[in-house]
Amino acid sequence: MSALQGNACLKPMTPAPDATDAALIAAFAGIPKLLDQAPALIFRGRFLDCECRLGPTDHPFQASIRGGRMIELTPASGLMRSWRFSYRASLVAWAEYWKPAPRPGWHDLLALTKREQAILEGDLQPFMAHLQYFKDVLAPRLHHARMAS
Amino acid sequence: MSAYIEPMVGRYVHVDIDGELHRIYFEESGAGLPLVCLHTAGSDGRQWRHLLADEELTGKFRIIAFDMPWHGKSNPPASWGGEEYRLTTARYTQTVRAFCGALGLEKPIVMGCSIGGRIVLNLAIDHAAEFRALIGLEAADFQAPWYDTSWLHRPDVHGGEVCAALVSGLIAPQSPEGSRRETLWAYMQSGPGVFKGDLYFYRVDGDLRGRVEGIDTRACPLYLLTGEYDFSCTPDDTLRTAAAIPGARVTIMEQLGHFPMSENPERFRRYIAPVLAEILRQSISTKQGEHV
Repeated sequence: MSALQGNACLKPMTPAPDATDAALIAAFAGIPKLLDQAPALIFRGRFLDCECRLGPTDHPFQASIRGGRMIELTPASGLMRSWRFSYRASLVAWAEYWKPAPRPGWHDLLALTKREQAILEGDLQPFMAHLQYFKDVLAPRLHHARMAS
Repeated sequence: MSAYIEPMVGRYVHVDIDGELHRIYFEESGAGLPLVCLHTAGSDGRQWRHLLADEELTGKFRIIAFDMPWHGKSNPPASWGGEEYRLTTARYTQTVRAFCGALGLEKPIVMGCSIGGRIVLNLAIDHAAEFRALIGLEAADFQAPWYDTSWLHRPDVHGGEVCAALVSGLIAPQSPEGSRRETLWAYMQSGPGVFKGDLYFYRVDGDLRGRVEGIDTRACPLYLLTGEYDFSCTPDDTLRTAAAIPGARVTIMEQLGHFPMSENPERFRRYIAPVLAEILRQSISTKQGEHV
């Protein structure tokens, strides 16, 4: 799995069988549409305009957020775009985080940074000012659970 | 009148803490052995409302939950001039002992969660003889910090929102959505800088490494219970702490996180009821022994 190679910051892990690049890219590609269907979540991000990098450690996506909507999500490599903060995690971390009931210690974005399966860097102000927003945007299981409740 | 009215009653007691009277709000319910409950950092005594309404437990225990000064309905003292709030080990210990003294509680059981769990360890170290039993939830002598507390109190980040969002990850994914939201609501309502000030005790002043070895569980039984989804005070933190205390009893609670009593009260009850029953049995057998 190329995404975990050559990165000394992450603990080596054996990726889960379904944690493939293709599955992950497909899941991320679906986030803007899921967000569009969650008006309460968009409302919470209504003052947020931000360029950030989100996704797998070695090939993150560039997310363009305007007024709480993700108007663009595209592979970041080679674009040379500026960004304010970046949250990148290992493939195995995303696969576990997105499960309905992740294992203890894999169930929160900051649990993943604590266990060194994710890296948070850059200017963290927009991330911290909208922390629950980002936790929910990046957890499709929560979109479904909360929209259904 | 047909509406259900919960059994707990809330009142204010004036407590002398370090020479100054504090107006402390507390709720209580039941009769029997006094059981004083301590809330987590940046929250208040509402976290214990399910225990206070538990008819089986309140038939045997006088359950009391108070709001620490600066928290819930316990205002800052009259002398406060807006200085940065910082909880210290000494101040926290004084507050718990002064509250128990003000109510005239005879050898109460004290159960605290998170910072409340940490101060329970300090009570066990320095004041064990004053208590019937001590229960630390999500308690350890120390745990590794996982964020910069300066994010909790600054003008460009909403304090209530960020405090709640930070601790939201400490709740088990299995916990009911309504209970999760209620647990976080208290964090959203906390006064500016209060959660950060509580964490001064937790992160800086209250490091008990090297001191818990002195706890004598024969003088006062000690129970430690930690949720498996608590990545702040992890099960390993609690197990490491307990390993240094002969006689300490440890339970790792499945499908619970950092706020067991409020995030999933029903599940928490399965773990805490046997502990309280054991303390009750020990208390009865001790009393019978005194009369022999």
